Amino acid sequence: MKPAPFEYHRAYTPKEVTELLLELGEDAKILAGGQSLVPMMNFRLARPTALVDINPVSGLDYIRRDGDVLRVGALTRHRSVELSTEPDVHNGFSVLPGAARWIGHFPIRSRGTVGGSIAHADPTAEWCLLARLYDAEIVVLGEHGTRTVPSDEWFTGFLTTAALPGELVLETRFRRPRRHGTLLEYARRRGDFAIAAVAVAFDITDNRCHDVSMVLGGVANEPLRVPEAEAYLEGAEPGERAWAEAARLAAEAVTPGTGPDDGDHGYRRHLVGTLARRALAEAQAGPAGPRPRGGAS
Amino acid sequence: MKDQHLVTLTVNGREHELVLESRRTLADTLRQELGLTGTHLGCEHGICGACTVLLDGEPVRACLVFGVQADGREIRTVEGLADGDELNDLQQAFSRHHGLQCGFCTPGFLMLAEAYLAGGGSADPGEVREVVSANLCRCTGYQGIVEAVTEVAARRREQAAKAHD
Repeated sequence: MKPAPFEYHRAYTPKEVTELLLELGEDAKILAGGQSLVPMMNFRLARPTALVDINPVSGLDYIRRDGDVLRVGALTRHRSVELSTEPDVHNGFSVLPGAARWIGHFPIRSRGTVGGSIAHADPTAEWCLLARLYDAEIVVLGEHGTRTVPSDEWFTGFLTTAALPGELVLETRFRRPRRHGTLLEYARRRGDFAIAAVAVAFDITDNRCHDVSMVLGGVANEPLRVPEAEAYLEGAEPGERAWAEAARLAAEAVTPGTGPDDGDHGYRRHLVGTLARRALAEAQAGPAGPRPRGGAS
Repeated sequence: MKDQHLVTLTVNGREHELVLESRRTLADTLRQELGLTGTHLGCEHGICGACTVLLDGEPVRACLVFGVQADGREIRTVEGLADGDELNDLQQAFSRHHGLQCGFCTPGFLMLAEAYLAGGGSADPGEVREVVSANLCRCTGYQGIVEAVTEVAARRREQAAKAHD
């Protein structure tokens, strides 16, 4: 269980990263938190010829609110989001700190990065689900400068994104802040990859749901939006009846052939139905708010 | 040709200059270059947590960090906990509460718990349980580990509050 040999390079600026990647060729990989890449290298499922370590790059570790947009720098560790008590995060994007709690465990969250997760594009990854939930834009830097990719174009398949050779994720821009939202998962062991995950976000005005998003994880090669459930909930009265029907529509979106493991799509469908109903009810109850100080884990 | 790098690591307060092949993990660096075999290697893919050490105070899986990445950084391992023959409060609590049996996972649990405690971790057993779910123990059933960490969390918080007065 040792990685195959590779060349190690350290980059100090984003520009240096893209230059090194282009120079080293397509078998070079970016090393950020390394919590997915390094296990794959230890198993020799991945054998990059070179790694460009971006941990020394400064200025990519931040969480900033810009009006209705929450900008999260690529090198922001999961743990920084989890422990954030900023009103800028909690007003409208309260799902993020709560969702971070589902990522692996304390040491994984101390090391893993938001940008790394977005670039790795695991269909159960929390940030990937939330990128779709909040219609995020992914800002990348490449040979010809920066470009912005909408999240519905970013995820193009299992562990596959629209990133071009030499491109580096700089930032994820979460948009459409909403008051209500949550992310729930089911795994057999706490911290494992979810067998299924559901994320929801919406507003409630005059006792009606508005601006509803629902995303499923673990049931397709990419995070899966459920437009049927979203459309149904738009304008619906929040409550058990609406949640049950939306959950039924979410479960219906889980079809054979969409999942990473076709054999148990029936099980995943069952999980999605249950998780969706619980997530909607939990989200209705309101934003969780910042965690008390000293409750670190 | 091997891709080698000259690095400086500070481990438990002592500085070491080493030439490392880039693919050498931090765990193997500690064990094989420095002879610090207190850091154990279980799964080598980030699941078991036996190799947990502190890198600039943050808990990390030493099998998922390359030694070369620790250049210029401070590392704390289980060897750095005791003061000579005197075990630290956390180690003593593990012993008292039977938080170990075979001992293989213990260095990882101790470093994980040290990181939690250093961050002012609460003495809430539920919270402690969530933290120690990061690592695998096949002997104890975790109960003793949870009790040990909870006890030390309460005591360290008490001491911190007293120091504050």
